[in-house]
Amino acid sequence: MSREKTISLNVNGRIHQQAFPAHRTLLEALRELGHFDVKSGCEKGDCGACAVLVDGEAVDSCLTLAWTVEGRTITTVAGLGNAQNPHPLQEAFAKLGAVQCGYCTPGLIMASESLLRRTSDPNDDDIRFALSGNLCRCTGYTKVFDAVKEAAARARISGERK
Amino acid sequence: MYAEFDLETPKRFEEAVALLAGNRGAVLALAGGTNLVVDLRARRLVPDRLVSLSQIDTLRWICLADGRVGIGGRTTVTDLLRAPEIARHGASLVDAAGVFAGQMVRNTATVAGNIACGSPAADLVPPLLCLDADVVLTNVSGSRTVPIAEYFTSYKTDIRRPDELITEISWAVPTGLSVNRFYKLARRKGDAITVTGVAVNLTVAGGVCAKARIALGAVSPMVVRARRAEVLIEGQPLSPALISEASRVAAEECRPIDDIRASADYRRHAVYMLTRRLVSDAWARLS
Repeated sequence: MSREKTISLNVNGRIHQQAFPAHRTLLEALRELGHFDVKSGCEKGDCGACAVLVDGEAVDSCLTLAWTVEGRTITTVAGLGNAQNPHPLQEAFAKLGAVQCGYCTPGLIMASESLLRRTSDPNDDDIRFALSGNLCRCTGYTKVFDAVKEAAARARISGERK
Repeated sequence: MYAEFDLETPKRFEEAVALLAGNRGAVLALAGGTNLVVDLRARRLVPDRLVSLSQIDTLRWICLADGRVGIGGRTTVTDLLRAPEIARHGASLVDAAGVFAGQMVRNTATVAGNIACGSPAADLVPPLLCLDADVVLTNVSGSRTVPIAEYFTSYKTDIRRPDELITEISWAVPTGLSVNRFYKLARRKGDAITVTGVAVNLTVAGGVCAKARIALGAVSPMVVRARRAEVLIEGQPLSPALISEASRVAAEECRPIDDIRASADYRRHAVYMLTRRLVSDAWARLS
């Protein structure tokens, strides 16, 4: 029998206290908590649609059991920005047509954000490597690469202004 | 959807091994979970309880000391790629880590977990075999060290007892006169399961190949060394003809199967080609 336990999850800066059974994945837990910006795709670590940041590192939430990330900082795509105040990646993806059907986009943006936090000026190989766990069947990735580079450039400029 | 199970998330290593004490297989250790969670969902594994190592950060380390490179039981594939010690002293492991699954899986999957799953297609195992790595197994009463060449016994079976954790993997710093490399052949360049993986480690002394290690992945029930091919080139100056002969022997030594990714014949041919290429390149760099 799966035990239930009330755990505390820190998602986008807000603490949720909720009971989950031991077998609940982080993906299922986040969606139960209303974070529908996290998408469920293959549920076996191939497609990257469910990617979120745990302590700044992109992980597949479908392969992560919710209890194991108690006390860690979880960020979903809605935690980066919104329509009124978009993150540079969100803005660049929308502007450059890197979003088509949109299903893979939250995962692609989280994997890209994880890259940009470590590499301010990524080349094509860096981007290819960082997005190697994200499948997109619409864009052919070309516009995704353009968007990641544009967001990186914008972040570098705003970093210099600060 | 899931088989139900209980889960423990101990904060200290001692608690984790205590939770595994007396275990006869109904309790499984959970590290990155990138294989285990998939197997749980498919009900290929139905444990009563999991012991997660997620909160035990002391198992996550890389260290260079006393002429050996060591990594901890929860060190991830991404950790390998960020460590200058591994870049310097484990080129074949870097080759394998760089083509391992996709980025999110690399960020959580552990080296120990790749060993423990026992897949013949585990990409980190051929490099560790060619580096003559040791595996440290620890339970509540102590530790034992086993050469990775003696770790696997057959398809997805090994000598680890159900109450033991892989707590350390280490290898001697390769000498300056050696080259170790790995090549993964798969249907795609990224996020793919290996069709054939070959790791080679050559050491040269006095104009001859003093030591040779050739390890083959995804072409036998477990990752294996091509020992007859190794013996053929050890003690010899290498020529294209001898390298081809050793590569032919390596292809004969493996026992591949037909599956959805490739035929057995194709895999044998890949072993021949990749062994020849890697040994030739290593020899060229050393002479």
